[in-house]
Amino acid sequence: MTQRASQLGSEHSPHAAVSVHDLTVAYHRKPVLWDVDLDIPSGKLVAIVGPNGAGKSTLIKAVMELVPKASGLISIYGKQFRKQRHRVAYVPQRESVDWDFPIDAIGVVSMGRYRKIGWCRPVRSQDKRLAMDALKRVGMEEYADRQISQLSGGQQQRVFLARALAQDADIYFMDEPFASVDAATERAIVHVLRDLRSSGKTVIVVHHDLQTVSDYFDHVIMLNMRVVAHGTVEEVFTNENLRKTYGGRLTLLDEAAGLLARQSSKV
Amino acid sequence: MIWTPIDTWICVIASLCAAACVLPGCILVLRRMSLMGDAISHTVLPGIAIAFLVTGSREPTAMLIGAVIIGLLTAFLVQAIETLGKIETGAAIGIVFTVLFAAGLVLMRQAVDHVDIDPDCVLYGAVEFAYFDQITIGSWAVPRAAVVNGVALIANAIIILIFYKEFKITSFDSALAMTQGIRPSTMHYLLMTMTAATAVAAFETVGSILVIAMLIVPASAAYLLTDKYGAMFLIAIAIAIVGSIGGHISAVTIPPVFGFSGTSTAGAMAVVVGFLFFLTWIFSPKHGVWSAAMRRKRVQQDIIREDILGLLWRLEERSRENSDISFENALCIPKRSVKRAIRHLQKLGNICLEYPLWRLTEQGRKEAALIVRSHRLWETYLDKHFPQDVYQLHQSAERLEHVTSTQMQSRLGDAEKDPHGSKVPPSPDN
Amino acid sequence: MNAGHSISDVSFVFPTAEQIWRVLVLEEYNTRVVILGVMALGIAAGIVGTFLLLRKRALTADALSHATLPGITVAFMVMVGLGMQGKSMFGLMVGAFIFGCVGVLLILGIRRTTILKDDAAIGIVLSVLFGLGLCLLRLATEMPTGNAAGLNGFIFGKASSMVAGDTKAISIVAICIGVIVLTLRKEFTALCFDEKFGAAQGWPILRLDIVLMSLVAIVTVIALQSVGLVLAVAMLIVPAASARYWCTKIGSLLLVSALIGCLGGWLGGVVSALVPRMPTGPVIVLVCGGWFVFSFIFGPVNGIVVRLWKVWRLNRRVAMQHILRAMFEVSSEDTLCNFESIANTRSWPQTQVKRLLSRLERHRFATRKGNCWSLTALGMAEAKRVVRNHRLWETYLINFADIAPNHVDRDADMIEHVLGTSMVEKLEALLGNDPITTSPHPLGERG
Repeated sequence: MTQRASQLGSEHSPHAAVSVHDLTVAYHRKPVLWDVDLDIPSGKLVAIVGPNGAGKSTLIKAVMELVPKASGLISIYGKQFRKQRHRVAYVPQRESVDWDFPIDAIGVVSMGRYRKIGWCRPVRSQDKRLAMDALKRVGMEEYADRQISQLSGGQQQRVFLARALAQDADIYFMDEPFASVDAATERAIVHVLRDLRSSGKTVIVVHHDLQTVSDYFDHVIMLNMRVVAHGTVEEVFTNENLRKTYGGRLTLLDEAAGLLARQSSKV
Repeated sequence: MIWTPIDTWICVIASLCAAACVLPGCILVLRRMSLMGDAISHTVLPGIAIAFLVTGSREPTAMLIGAVIIGLLTAFLVQAIETLGKIETGAAIGIVFTVLFAAGLVLMRQAVDHVDIDPDCVLYGAVEFAYFDQITIGSWAVPRAAVVNGVALIANAIIILIFYKEFKITSFDSALAMTQGIRPSTMHYLLMTMTAATAVAAFETVGSILVIAMLIVPASAAYLLTDKYGAMFLIAIAIAIVGSIGGHISAVTIPPVFGFSGTSTAGAMAVVVGFLFFLTWIFSPKHGVWSAAMRRKRVQQDIIREDILGLLWRLEERSRENSDISFENALCIPKRSVKRAIRHLQKLGNICLEYPLWRLTEQGRKEAALIVRSHRLWETYLDKHFPQDVYQLHQSAERLEHVTSTQMQSRLGDAEKDPHGSKVPPSPDN
Repeated sequence: MNAGHSISDVSFVFPTAEQIWRVLVLEEYNTRVVILGVMALGIAAGIVGTFLLLRKRALTADALSHATLPGITVAFMVMVGLGMQGKSMFGLMVGAFIFGCVGVLLILGIRRTTILKDDAAIGIVLSVLFGLGLCLLRLATEMPTGNAAGLNGFIFGKASSMVAGDTKAISIVAICIGVIVLTLRKEFTALCFDEKFGAAQGWPILRLDIVLMSLVAIVTVIALQSVGLVLAVAMLIVPAASARYWCTKIGSLLLVSALIGCLGGWLGGVVSALVPRMPTGPVIVLVCGGWFVFSFIFGPVNGIVVRLWKVWRLNRRVAMQHILRAMFEVSSEDTLCNFESIANTRSWPQTQVKRLLSRLERHRFATRKGNCWSLTALGMAEAKRVVRNHRLWETYLINFADIAPNHVDRDADMIEHVLGTSMVEKLEALLGNDPITTSPHPLGERG
């Protein structure tokens, strides 16, 4: 297996920001991703689109080893994720945390610096300053001292984005940052995305709004349990591919893969 | 030791009590509210203490009313703190029951000089002495605890039978219940009342903390054993009864082995029920840890056998002898597994040895053809719907072929050749 | 105590002022040992409890504390078996700690490998291990040496058995716990707030969890002697939960929680020293519970009173704006508006209209002439502002939200009252700052 994989690895471009080989993920005994194989080029804005339950979020979570994978190999700039962790930043879905948590906006953004600060050391004033800069970039500096539950949904999203910016990473994974946000937030996010691209960063966004894909992104990954198509927006984002992606799942494959996952599950 | 009628009565009382607890316990476990049961069984104490201070006697009805009122108050306060106070359920439960329990302890201490029950008894129960407190029904002298727990069991059984489907629907999907005109909150408070009443009936027998063992442990074990709602109640009752009788027996028989006279029956009941839970945890046919491991192993062995059959079939197809091939290298599996699989296949009559070669028998060839057919049909199917490179195609089909039923095979369609150009073996039906 | 009095008669000799004072300022040696011990415990529990609560593991701690009972008895039996005096406090505490951790591991095991949920796992471990503890306790009391009678005290706590050495040990442990939590404050915050993010950053989530639960186990163990294992969890969660109604930042939360725990220990210790038949542990828990009730009702963050006050103020403002608008609309036809025409503008009870009108008068927004009312200049200005907000919002809804004009009035009704100046400015910018003088829908047609 490993031999094969290394052969395969050489076929893929060494400059890919993220390479995924034969990734299969099963969740609660149901397959979510089946043999996903892709290279995400560096320095691009990449959208992951697909219907509900297509495994979009799971894909980025699997890349960051947040969900266990059934099989497959993943590399970030040609190396294992574990060794490249400092180069990756993550914006989770807004619903994933407890917004009543006793912390203010600047506190959340400072979390992006925790790794650089290191164990057991307090947050220094220079980290506070960097966090403040990140908040400014998303236009939220006025709200730095607000408790996070007092922010609107869009503002919460921007705080999350600022936290990722404070990490100063090379690759940014964002899970539905545009989901139910106001127009101002959407503009702020797009502005930040373009900013990131111009400084050579790679941004991978789980996206649900097909209307805006061609405006906001360079590359698109069309996902429905498997990769239906991926490449530049001009080449790949066609009606034909959209029909394939949203035209329902391959019921047979779904069924068989489900059987397989159930047989190998532990519980 | 000598078995006396007292021991029999202890077993009867304990079983009645355990069975009475199990009924609301199953619903608590299903509704993921086990810890409300925990909280209510603790808050029985202040209920009893208050009833005591108000009436000044051990009047059972007063105690029952006191405990039920405090039980409902617990449920209400938990809900209030959770919704109004924005504190998560677990913490809300923890706050309410510890504070009420502390109040109960203080009240009990205040009254302790006038009362003949003590906090210890409330906590650990005194099933050993329950026999001596008898009442006469007709011409029979029956321990009071047996009557109390028996009544609780019957009352719970009646309530559950009457509201069988209502409990089912509210536990499963409270939104659906709402649309059907069943108010989940009504059912919630009914369940809380049941739990509190059962706990107060049981506190003398197993003690208020061990009520929780009887509420939750048998129900959890039953949950691992069956997927049926009704069966869960019956299995849980059986486990509870076995646990309580086993508990008493081990309480009087095991300690003497080590030179002690005996131990707490209530505690032993909890331990035995816990042990039964441990057994189901490991060995439950559906959800047990060990059973799942066995199942996985069996599937792996099936896969190895199918792979060997497929390999032999492909060699025959290319009219190559298998003298120079080692199965373990070709299939990347350890030698031991190959040996076992070959022995098994030989026993099934799928292959036979024509020294030095393994050959497929007629029957084996048929089965192998089916497997290869599945494989190649999958390759065709995947190639059509989901273009990918040849290596991937093969890998996917390699895994999928083992879970393909004949019904699935027919839905895969038919093809002459697979994407690599190999012939797809024909379906055995035509 | 004279026997024979009725149950309701729980009278006691009230302690003299001097006695109270001596206890309060810790002059009495015996009570000083106990009170200082429970104060230190309160601080440690308050600090660790804050993170326990934020991690949403409150009841796991309950199972942990119940699981210490078999640990204590096993440690006792082992020590007696080895020929030691069975009462080495340290040995018992080690046993308690080990079994507490075993309890937590069992919960994790059940949760990971079965389809049972957290609640059932906690209930099972709690009750079965407690039952095991009871069995062993009964056996331990039968042991010929060692005198196990005192082990009972760990269930409900027996603060009177504390000696100066215990207090010293508890204080040292409390200080260590405080230092550990403060140095790991930022890691624990990340763990509790956003576990996934922490994991993606490479924080060892599992190990941090283990550290947190070990700290919880240590606090439980030092609480056994004074508060007892049944109520130990209260020391962890009640002060921390109360603190949440007072502040919104981790730092102050830790401080307030420790303070409440400390005060609870002090007051509880004092009360149980002064009043007969008041067991220390439960009294401390009751004092903390009292703090919780107080915070829950009066706390400035999400407290009941504060929230009711906010709702009440909003309702009052809305009613004021409604009456101003009603008067503005009526007075556009006639500067004097009689009571009926105002009351007819919307369906509201006449008593309310009367009350509102007199409030307008008090605020000098309107003057009364018999049955007729008119807006003053001040009232007119305010009414214009209110109407303007209302119409701006109506126009926005018609233009941007595709709401039918005859429904728009009702929608605008709900939102206009919460429009801040910044929102109004945004609306103006969006709609072009033209002074809106007429309603976008005919006033007669109310939806």
